[in-house]
Amino acid sequence: MFRLEKRPTPSKFWLYATPPVAVILTMIAGGILFAAMGKNPFEVIRTIFWDPVFGEFAFYLRGQLLVKAGPLILIAIGLALGFRAGIWNIGAEGQYIMGAIFGAAVGLAVFPTENRLIFPVMVIAGAFGGWLWAMIPAILKTRFNTNEILVSLMLVYVAETILAKASTGFLKNPEGMGFPGSRNFSSYPAAQNGFIYEPLGLHWGGVAALVTGVLAYILLTRHQAGFQIKLAGQAPRAARFHGVSPARLVVLCMGISGALAGLAGLFEVTGPAGQISIDFNTGYGFTAIIVAFLGRLNPLGIVLAGFLMALTYVGGEMASTNLGLPDAAIQVFQGMLLFFLLAVDVLTNYRFRLPFSVGAK
Amino acid sequence: MDLGGINPVILIATLMASAVPILLAALGETVVERAGVLNLGVEGMMVIGALGGFIVAVQTGSPVMGFIGGAVAGAVLSLIFAALTQVFLANQVATGLALTLFGLGVSSLGGQGYNGIKPPPTGQLLPDVLADLPVVGPILFGHDWVVYFSILMTAVLWWVLKSTRIGLIIRAVGESHEAAHALGYKVNRIRLMCIAFGGAMAGMGGAYVSLARVPQWVDGITAGAGWIALAIVVFASWKPWRVLIGAYLFGGITVLQLNLQVAGSIIPVEYLSMAPYLITILVLVIMSAGRKGKVNGAPAALGQNFHASR
Repeated sequence: MFRLEKRPTPSKFWLYATPPVAVILTMIAGGILFAAMGKNPFEVIRTIFWDPVFGEFAFYLRGQLLVKAGPLILIAIGLALGFRAGIWNIGAEGQYIMGAIFGAAVGLAVFPTENRLIFPVMVIAGAFGGWLWAMIPAILKTRFNTNEILVSLMLVYVAETILAKASTGFLKNPEGMGFPGSRNFSSYPAAQNGFIYEPLGLHWGGVAALVTGVLAYILLTRHQAGFQIKLAGQAPRAARFHGVSPARLVVLCMGISGALAGLAGLFEVTGPAGQISIDFNTGYGFTAIIVAFLGRLNPLGIVLAGFLMALTYVGGEMASTNLGLPDAAIQVFQGMLLFFLLAVDVLTNYRFRLPFSVGAK
Repeated sequence: MDLGGINPVILIATLMASAVPILLAALGETVVERAGVLNLGVEGMMVIGALGGFIVAVQTGSPVMGFIGGAVAGAVLSLIFAALTQVFLANQVATGLALTLFGLGVSSLGGQGYNGIKPPPTGQLLPDVLADLPVVGPILFGHDWVVYFSILMTAVLWWVLKSTRIGLIIRAVGESHEAAHALGYKVNRIRLMCIAFGGAMAGMGGAYVSLARVPQWVDGITAGAGWIALAIVVFASWKPWRVLIGAYLFGGITVLQLNLQVAGSIIPVEYLSMAPYLITILVLVIMSAGRKGKVNGAPAALGQNFHASR
């Protein structure tokens, strides 16, 4: 049997090589899974990874990529800042829902007023909603030392019930003939998040995602706060001696990730989803966790990872309509990707040695 | 004897049954965490157990086989976690989350075609003569075997962890893996076995949801029970009997809010169904308030991977 030997310093090569290796391994394992389900694995893999970008309907699907990648990138960047500092916000899905509800509520409150300021105010309200929802676990963590993983997760279920109440109760479309769901924002131009450049699928959410990626990169590499985040994650004791306040860091990281998740929710509900409905949220908050790790918790890496994950969504939908692949198969596929990534990651910090090889001692 | 349309005897009897899934899962996770491993994949292992148990029970026609199948399914899934964290030294928090996402995906993929089927019933264990006794009958004698099994497991784990050699080794590994390693114990192997045990318990708890509580197969049937189980372990300060109290408390709240919904309470249904989650948060706050650093009773090596460098 082999044994593991710790590397003196993490391998630069494997740091960048692990995501592609994990993707290839996932394609192989996924192919076996698809074959076991009686599908042609090569056809499925091609439909998921090739057709959305270069296939027959690519002119439309390429736009869909940014539509799906936008919220994933926005949420994942926020999460990554926290993960870097050892703060585990798992409830982004709840913050995403609350951002959407807050933002949509502001827009619907002034319906049908037309004013250029309405959408910007809704954006702020959305970020505020997500921030507020993230502040609950943050304050409980700093004041009472409560586990933020469990609290933020419990709040997802609470947010889901509030969403159900919103779409059947306080935000329900009064002209909706009794159907659940709010007014549709596509018929309310002042509050609508329309496409800025449709062929690329660019709406304000996409712009926000790309800008946030760059800003977060600058924050992490060039700013004092970014240094403190990294320090707190890698050496908590050293961080305290350096004067980093753990409580302030929790509030900062949770706040940023909550606000970004709220923004993503607002852009989604006013754009692609169109209205508040019981199931407008599609689990972006959870998938974003995979995206954050796939992007190596690095903002620029996350932008790339977001597009890759969007590819599995868009391609997965194609495979589902054209080849009859169940939606759940894509979820399994995404889970496998995270598993392989975590497994291959060992090579960054360790090297494999055979027991008899030179230098094993 | 009715209090606002709710019979307290029936309430206690139902809460004992409704607490079984979280009790089993939380007991398993207690052992895992006492060995120093934080497995956040309980929800995933439960939902896989729910599906595995359901399929086996429907195919064999035997609910007992179903529970065994659920336990096996949960244990198999937990081995992925064990391999990643113990062999490949992956981050436990991230791996646990991945396990939950993966488990939910696999279960909804594998569960296609099982919707709307009724599983073989898991009946009352003891004869009607006992179960029909007033008050004590429904509470003490009216349950199926899994309810008694879950209480028995509480006692067994309490005894094993407290006064056996195995329990001592598990605790040593969880408190100081360096010291346990120096004494010659195979830290990663012991942890691997604890993880598999935790997976089996979570899987069996999941099977109880799909075979006895609901009883049918629906996507995402466990609905956050795994996360509540994780919270109960913290609530219980990693002690089996307190896990039982915690599980019954949450079972009680769940049953009570359902009863209030049926009885037509003035509180809207949505707010009632939030109650278990909000109360979980509240209890977590109370349990961890006023303590600096590690939460009371947390194993010292919780969440840290061990690599034998020497």
